[in-house]
Amino acid sequence: MAYLDHAATTPMRPEAVDRMAELLGQVGNASSLHAAGRRARRIVEESREAVAAAIGARPSEIVFTSGGTESDNLAIKGLYWARHNADARRRRILVSAVEHHAVLDPAIWIADHAGGELVVLPVDSLGRTAPDALRAAIEAAPDEVAVASAMWANNEVGTVASVAELADVAAEYGVPLHTDAVQAVGSLPVDYAASGAAALTLTGHKLGGPVGVGALVLGRDVECAPLLHGGGQERDVRSGTLDVPAIAAFAVAVELAVKEQAQRAEFLIGLRDDLIRRVREVVPDAQLNGDPAGGSEHRLPGNAHFSFPGCEGDALLMLLDAQGIECSTGSACSAGVARPSHVLLAMGQDEDRAKSSLRFSLGHSSTAADVDALIAAIGPAVERARTAAAR
Amino acid sequence: MKVLAAMSGGVDSAVAAARAVDAGHDVTGVHLALSPKPASHREGARGCCSLEDSRDARRAADVLGIPFYVWDVAERFTTDVVDDFVAEYAAGRTPNPCVRCNERIKFAAVLDRALALGFDAVATGHYARIIGGGLHRAVDGEKDQSYVLAVLRPDQIAAAMFPLGESRKTDVRAEAARRGLAVADKPDSHDICFIPSGDTAGWLRSRLGDAPGEIVDESGAVLGSHGGTYAFTVGQRRGLALTRPAPDGRPRYVLSISPVERTVTVGPLERLDVNRIECGAPTWCGQEPVHDPIPALAQVRAHAEPVQCRARVLDGGLVVDLDDRIAGVAAGQTLVLYDGDRVIGSATIERAA
Repeated sequence: MAYLDHAATTPMRPEAVDRMAELLGQVGNASSLHAAGRRARRIVEESREAVAAAIGARPSEIVFTSGGTESDNLAIKGLYWARHNADARRRRILVSAVEHHAVLDPAIWIADHAGGELVVLPVDSLGRTAPDALRAAIEAAPDEVAVASAMWANNEVGTVASVAELADVAAEYGVPLHTDAVQAVGSLPVDYAASGAAALTLTGHKLGGPVGVGALVLGRDVECAPLLHGGGQERDVRSGTLDVPAIAAFAVAVELAVKEQAQRAEFLIGLRDDLIRRVREVVPDAQLNGDPAGGSEHRLPGNAHFSFPGCEGDALLMLLDAQGIECSTGSACSAGVARPSHVLLAMGQDEDRAKSSLRFSLGHSSTAADVDALIAAIGPAVERARTAAAR
Repeated sequence: MKVLAAMSGGVDSAVAAARAVDAGHDVTGVHLALSPKPASHREGARGCCSLEDSRDARRAADVLGIPFYVWDVAERFTTDVVDDFVAEYAAGRTPNPCVRCNERIKFAAVLDRALALGFDAVATGHYARIIGGGLHRAVDGEKDQSYVLAVLRPDQIAAAMFPLGESRKTDVRAEAARRGLAVADKPDSHDICFIPSGDTAGWLRSRLGDAPGEIVDESGAVLGSHGGTYAFTVGQRRGLALTRPAPDGRPRYVLSISPVERTVTVGPLERLDVNRIECGAPTWCGQEPVHDPIPALAQVRAHAEPVQCRARVLDGGLVVDLDDRIAGVAAGQTLVLYDGDRVIGSATIERAA
């Protein structure tokens, strides 16, 4: 079995599992005033401090959520409404064309149902949004921009954005920039304060923590309307009883992932470059998507994303799955039906090439044996998938 | 063998897949996504391609412990089945979309892809039997689906598996329950899967638009009007909304449809009776028959009673002479020739007299 889908979810770190298991048996609502409540609250606040320290934020800037999708929704909708309520002219939402659906879809929803206007920022053939493209989009009507969003590192093709440059441009116009750093935290050096972003999304299960917990880092002076109303547990921006075991395990995972980031990135880049080289040896016409420069400032260390001309990605996935190789077509699916990826289409690829792609993503538990297994299986799989597609 | 089990999310295909597993095959479940925009839930007993059906198929595959994937064949299905269905009605004919789906999707596009990907066979939940390479009626006469499979060529039948052919539907349901398949009591699907409302005429109107015309008798006398010839099928009695009763007070039936003139001609039941049916090029399920004419039983609709006939090939088409006259033979439907329970072949009906 070779698990090459760490970008979908990566195994929990044993330290996080232990911490979570330990706390699951303990009673205590972090909002209660008695001893059990105070004990729970202390764990939450220590976790908040740990997460903040790991990513260059202040503890008061960490809003715990149920994960990446909630954080992205909170950032887009919350910043939109706060900014729009302060000045009704602000109704434009600027998002890069390669955003995750958790960013794109709330932006589209606001445009369709709440009077917003969606502005999609173009990307180049590697999936990068140029700071000038952001500037041009803002300049078109600077007073009407509510919020902008550009992801730190793309989940499909692994391209790393220049978030600090984009944030500089946004800051010139007083526009809050949100960045989805779900794939970045733990894989790349991420410093919230230095990035200049107003809001940043991270989630537990992409870095060795549990599924169902994450955070939105929200600057102290950034106004954000809540999505979930209720007890106001998290800065009155997010309500809901705090999930103490999950938050604690999340913090353990963030700390470990960040501490080991540089060393692991070096290891994964080596492994990933080996994977790319050997896939190309076996399938000479395989095309690497995303930034060919493999350094951490260009591409996620564990990401390899290929198009296999003449193949259908879902056929390849099935053939590899049957050989114990687990990877992804890297595209969204509702009924399990593969659609051409909006990311690849935005990068200028045609539908056929987009449908012929597979993502292999490595992570903290990856080994050279995983790559060996892929290399042994990919040649016959591509050959067979080509025959099938030619029919 | 490596077997691809086509799983619709219904009870039949789930049990068929289960039996293929029991037979020792290496089985992979595949749900065919037929609609470009699947509805989230089923509507009653109709439809077969909602997300709920996809999930039901996935759950059945989970219980069987087999891999499961969704194959997107929506584009092919739209072109080869749905568009064909609309075009046939627009031309005044009565298509059978299940036949087209088997001919062009399940045992063509899907089977070809399966074989190319290394599978040896495709198993479905159809009620039919394969005996000695030949296609036969199922043991359960009420559920028999050999009629909609009669378009298959020998090479397609050779790569098909119908694990339910020897069973009765009630036993299949009981078996599903015994196996812990949640679809055991799911209602049978009826009618046309891509028209979940069941309102075929309304669905066609939304595609073809209003095309009003006259309903006339054989003398040309106008008896009423209609909104589009596509709402009618030869042999139809209901829904004519005639303003003038027949002089003899007997019911009238659709005798013929002329989409170009937009007329629907009606008349008494006996004028529907035909004993010669001319068809397009036949597909032989097994070896091409050597007799000429071929003595056979002819079935002209999905649930019609088979009737004695003699068939022969003339100028590439099939000409069928019935021993007795029958009613309700519509162009576009499939005529299937049987030798007892064995399917000899099939052809699409062009005209009858």
